[in-house]
Amino acid sequence: MKGYDVQIENVSRAYGSFKALDDVSIDIKKGEFFSLLGPSGCGKTTLLRIIAGFDSPDTGILLFDGKEILSQPPEKRHVNTVFQSYALFPHLTVYENVAFPLRLKKIDKNLIDSKVREYLHLVQLDSHIHKKPGKLSGGQKQRVAIARALINEPSVLLLDEPLSALDAKLRQNLLVELDHLHDQIGITFIYVTHDQSEALSVSDRIAVMNQGKVLQVGTPYEIYESPATDFVARFIGETNLFEATVVNCDPYEDYFMTTLDIPALNSLVKVTDYDNLEKGQRVSFTVRPEKLKITGERPNKVGKDINLFHGIVEEPIYSGFQSKYYVLLENSTVIKVIQQHANYMDEGPEIDWKDSVFVSWSAEDGYIVEVVDS
Amino acid sequence: MMNNRKREIRLGTTYSFPMGIWLFIFFLVPLLIIILYSFMKKGLYGGVEWEFSLAAYRQMFNPNFMRVLVRTIVVSVAATFFTMLLALPCGYAMARSRNQTLLLALIIIPFWTNSLIRIYAWIAILSSEGFLNETLKFFHIISESLPLIYNQGAVVTVLIYMYIPFAILPIFTTIDKFDFQLLEAARDVGANKTRAIISVLLPNIRSGIITSFIFTFIPIFGAYTVPLLVGGKDSYMIGNIIVDQVTKTRNWPLASAFSLILTLLSTLGVMWMMVSSAKERSQSGKKNPSFRQGGNL
Repeated sequence: MKGYDVQIENVSRAYGSFKALDDVSIDIKKGEFFSLLGPSGCGKTTLLRIIAGFDSPDTGILLFDGKEILSQPPEKRHVNTVFQSYALFPHLTVYENVAFPLRLKKIDKNLIDSKVREYLHLVQLDSHIHKKPGKLSGGQKQRVAIARALINEPSVLLLDEPLSALDAKLRQNLLVELDHLHDQIGITFIYVTHDQSEALSVSDRIAVMNQGKVLQVGTPYEIYESPATDFVARFIGETNLFEATVVNCDPYEDYFMTTLDIPALNSLVKVTDYDNLEKGQRVSFTVRPEKLKITGERPNKVGKDINLFHGIVEEPIYSGFQSKYYVLLENSTVIKVIQQHANYMDEGPEIDWKDSVFVSWSAEDGYIVEVVDS
Repeated sequence: MMNNRKREIRLGTTYSFPMGIWLFIFFLVPLLIIILYSFMKKGLYGGVEWEFSLAAYRQMFNPNFMRVLVRTIVVSVAATFFTMLLALPCGYAMARSRNQTLLLALIIIPFWTNSLIRIYAWIAILSSEGFLNETLKFFHIISESLPLIYNQGAVVTVLIYMYIPFAILPIFTTIDKFDFQLLEAARDVGANKTRAIISVLLPNIRSGIITSFIFTFIPIFGAYTVPLLVGGKDSYMIGNIIVDQVTKTRNWPLASAFSLILTLLSTLGVMWMMVSSAKERSQSGKKNPSFRQGGNL
């Protein structure tokens, strides 16, 4: 495997009284596609700038393959960056932009020429190479920026929200290309984004950050299915999140069934949980909208592990492949339900505005996010 | 729509009339008068006699005058060069500073004082009993006054002082618009600080550098008060000759001929600067002729 292991240990960085990074530790493995995900101002860009060498932490250390790197200036680190604003040199053509890193090294001209061609081909930009960046479209600029960052054959590629300035369709295409590129060259990618769907679709692992802290590091599934905190649950995808109190927890009997009292639902809810929780403990409970079932009539069989609620559809949102319903439950709490449209529907979805519906989910589909200290 | 557009165009040209009249009266007409006068016979008590003559141009090729011309070029180039050399870091620091307004004010405040007074202030600083010599003597760094004034060095120093604001301001404006992330991008791909500034910052602020050059070189080339007040007997510049020819020798055709030469040479200097930078720009696009063919496919 090419690339570096990147170890970030206890890194903190403050600007005045603002803590941009607060004791952050992350281990990134060789060749991994690793994403730093969080809302703007969460510290992800600061962390990226520290890895690139444009900023240095107040405390903490940074290791590449076990070697301390903070003392090295940016030009000495085997790390290259794809900037959010592309940062292409406006006075140079596409060709010269990509050749720039090599020309700094006084390499033989023919060698430079063949390498520049190779990398421009790699990012599928064989035409327009003698244009200035000002004449290129956003997607083309992005390709030039990627080629320029890769031509030095870095061990780590840093990508700072590289797709945020592009339109949605193009973003999807470039994302897939980035993933292919990563598979092809096999170096460590560190990808900064605030877009959870981008992070989920390409990353090997993700670190979710907020207010300078790392909240959770894990694979996309772990982050989506078992979020570590309320924030992670809300930030990644959509969810229904409730405060709850443990009423009954008997992990060694009853198939790990835990019963929660949820005031917002005015009801007891059953959930499968493997932790040994105490009675009376306060927790956060989440269930993803797509895991809920919505039916016009009361289901025939309701097992003891099924949670069932009755309500009225307040707002149906049809978007082709799925519909999202905001269902107003009897005790005036609104719950989100997503229904996939797997079959052909000639006459539209069966469930409509103001319909009386039943919402249900199995105990296995809910998840206890975290224990709230009280 | 069509009508509106037409009216706009017509109005647009009308708006430019005052500017045209201004340039005609205060630039073109004087220039033509100067050209005309330079080909006339000199009048006995100043002015000209209306008779064609090349006497002024013959007189100009006097070795004494030629020496002054060469000196003027050397002094102007040196003063402009050092002005730009100082203005670049100043403009950079201003553009990156948080107190831009304060720094701008500091540059503009000296203009509230008349330029002659500011030159006299330099005499007070540089003269043999001046501030600088007395201070150095007070700290026993020197025992006898240094010859700081009435020489070429004093002329260049004061010229730099007088014209550096005109160099800083255009450089500051272009650096202020420069995207500093480009420097990070250059560092990122392996350029050290100096290299990043030379290959990325300088080419991108070229227009500001050219404007600064024009704003400093032209007035320095025609300067006459500075060499007169702080220069020695070997510091005469073309500007001084012109003043002398008008006020003392009363040879107006010769003064006109020198003015014309001054205008021509400074225009040539500016054009050389612009052409060479344009050439540099077009060359950088042609560095890979072999690849160019491939690129056309």
